[in-house]
Amino acid sequence: MAEITLVEAIRQAMDEELARDDSVFIVGEDVGVRGGVFRATVGLYEKYGGERVIDSPLAELSIVGVGIGAALYGMRPICEIQFADFIYPAFNQIVSEAAKMCYRSNGEWTVPMVIRAPYGGGIGGGLYHSQSVEGFFAHVPGLKVVVPSNPYDAKGLLKSAVRDPNPVIYLEPKKGYRLIRGEVPEGDFSVPIGPARVSRPGSDLSVYAYGMMHHYALQAASKVAEEGIDVEVVDLRTLYPVDKATVLASVRKTGKALIVHEDNLTGGYGGEIAAIIAEEAFTDLDAPVRRLCGPDVPAVPFSHPLQDWFMPNPEKIAAAIRDLAAY
Amino acid sequence: MPTKVIMPQLGESVVEGTVTRWLKQEGEQVDEFEALLEINTDKVDSEIPSPAKGTLLKILAPEGQTVQAGTVIAWIGQPGEQLPAAAAEPLKAAPAEHAPAAELPPESSEGIAAGRDRDLGFISPVVARLAKEHRVDLAQVKGSGAGGRITKKDVLAFVEKQGKPAPAREAAAWETPGMGELFRPSEEVFQQPAAPPPLAAPRAAIEPLKSGLHPLNSMRKAIAERMVASVQSAPHVTTVMEADLKRVIAHREKNLAAYEREGVKLTFTAYFAAAAVGALRAFPLVNSSWSEQGILIHPQINLGIAVSLGEDGLIVPVIRGADNLSLIGLARAVNDLAERARARRLLPDEVRDGTFTITNHGTGGSLFATPIINQPQCAILGVGIIQKRPVVVEEDAIAVRPMVYLSLTFDHRILDGASADGFLGRIVSLLENWQD
Repeated sequence: MAEITLVEAIRQAMDEELARDDSVFIVGEDVGVRGGVFRATVGLYEKYGGERVIDSPLAELSIVGVGIGAALYGMRPICEIQFADFIYPAFNQIVSEAAKMCYRSNGEWTVPMVIRAPYGGGIGGGLYHSQSVEGFFAHVPGLKVVVPSNPYDAKGLLKSAVRDPNPVIYLEPKKGYRLIRGEVPEGDFSVPIGPARVSRPGSDLSVYAYGMMHHYALQAASKVAEEGIDVEVVDLRTLYPVDKATVLASVRKTGKALIVHEDNLTGGYGGEIAAIIAEEAFTDLDAPVRRLCGPDVPAVPFSHPLQDWFMPNPEKIAAAIRDLAAY
Repeated sequence: MPTKVIMPQLGESVVEGTVTRWLKQEGEQVDEFEALLEINTDKVDSEIPSPAKGTLLKILAPEGQTVQAGTVIAWIGQPGEQLPAAAAEPLKAAPAEHAPAAELPPESSEGIAAGRDRDLGFISPVVARLAKEHRVDLAQVKGSGAGGRITKKDVLAFVEKQGKPAPAREAAAWETPGMGELFRPSEEVFQQPAAPPPLAAPRAAIEPLKSGLHPLNSMRKAIAERMVASVQSAPHVTTVMEADLKRVIAHREKNLAAYEREGVKLTFTAYFAAAAVGALRAFPLVNSSWSEQGILIHPQINLGIAVSLGEDGLIVPVIRGADNLSLIGLARAVNDLAERARARRLLPDEVRDGTFTITNHGTGGSLFATPIINQPQCAILGVGIIQKRPVVVEEDAIAVRPMVYLSLTFDHRILDGASADGFLGRIVSLLENWQD
């Protein structure tokens, strides 16, 4: 099996889906001739032509609006938002149109569309190229929200997203695009949307994470294992709908929960996991549920020392693990 | 600084308790968590542990007195220690009102009040649950967490170290008091049809009662009052039917092992409970209470299951919302409540608000009985012993079938014979046509 990067896994998934189904097409800024600013669509324009790999104007509202319209006509669009930071002009299209279409038409019309968006900080991108947006969309019934953490899941989940009859927000941890490598089988396979995965079993406490933070959580878990702390790591993978059973089974075993994300703390997705645990596993808790998240400041700073201050990393996660283990 | 002993609130809806017995007298030494007194609320007796180590300085509520939850009923401290003057007065004979907060002695800021909070630190939800499940006295567990807190691991390690010798084999349900024949696997029942079923084993060797007047205990008193009130208020009528349990027994044998894997002992009582719930759903009028203003039909089914406590009497724990439970849920609830009833560990809230009751008089070998309605309910189902009997089946053949008599005593103010028979007939039909 070949070891490939996260971004290559995403490219492969799109390549195979374009080949498999004529109704699949890609639309976004610089996805065609340039092959995407992150090279996620490189070679696809040459292979499938400008009608299936479409360079759009710099107008996210129209990228998503075009996607919704095409999807209603039976196409399966993959809309690329160049950076998740730029998704807000399309917010109304996503939340008020795509998410509600099936519901308001009583199931007669569906929007089988994927919106891919690279998200997250730690890449020196500053205020407008570092944002995390999952909290906004994981609040909206009618959408599915997926965040892969490794190449295998990235390819399998993107295929499931393309084939799903509902709009799927597919968030790509861009810092991991070339950093995270893993073995991915050639050819067709899929990873279902929904289930979380226990990526490292352990008995002392549970760490819940996704995307880049899941990668860091595994590193932190290895580090503290040398000190005798046995950490279980859960990769949430799908944020909406959330896999309650896996979330609860883990904390019922360990009695302690730490949730890690780089999005801001307040109103962030971690609060939902904490609430689920508090509501349904209260009598299994041996410590308060903890969150390690980005601080409540308006953006990831551009200055490198300040960016480091903002971002959770393996050292910070290990420190939070030690603290919770000692409780 | 002496420590207060207060009347605990033993259930959400329980506002008062009666001191039934002081296990220590004034001047006696008592250890923290040592049983200090017994109290009674409704029909449930509870032992109250001492909140502190010291000398029982003053008893404020004598035996027999009923006081509001939260009332100071005694003081514990060092011999000769001065009690706050206002607080040392014995309670008035029948303090109908809550002792006003102003009468309580002011909390002194110096010195820490004795009690579990001081000694044990924060008790996390999982530690509290594990301690309860394994009956661990947390005072014996050394804490390894922050500030000496007792962690989940500490409790689990303690339980393991203690190596609580699990009984060599789990006692079968029918070998424990109060469960009896009904809970016995059918094959055992049928192997010895003539043998009298084992009577409920007494909790301790009981001396034959001497002649003379024996004072009533609180449970006896409560049973007497309620039985008399019930027959005086409601015109009782009993109707009897019989049911062939062939399909129930087949279903139970098929599923026994699967339920065992889920940790649930599948008893016949669960089937009778499920059939009663099914019939109550179809005949909501039976799930009701009589009042002069009208018949109050209850929105949910709270199923009472009578559990014998041997010579002490009987108690009826209630499965709340039984209409939301499947067979496995009912089986689990029945086992849990029966077990805790016999261990005298029911919570006061668990014996209230029943809307229909089942009594297993078959336990003692009874074929059928005419039970008395548990007021303010409309009816009570009596379940007799399961016996193999020859019955005439289709084609006029005679077959040997596991049969049971079911008797329904109902309040004739609410139900008439026809509706009561319709209800009981539904129970019979649910049992005889048990669906997998």
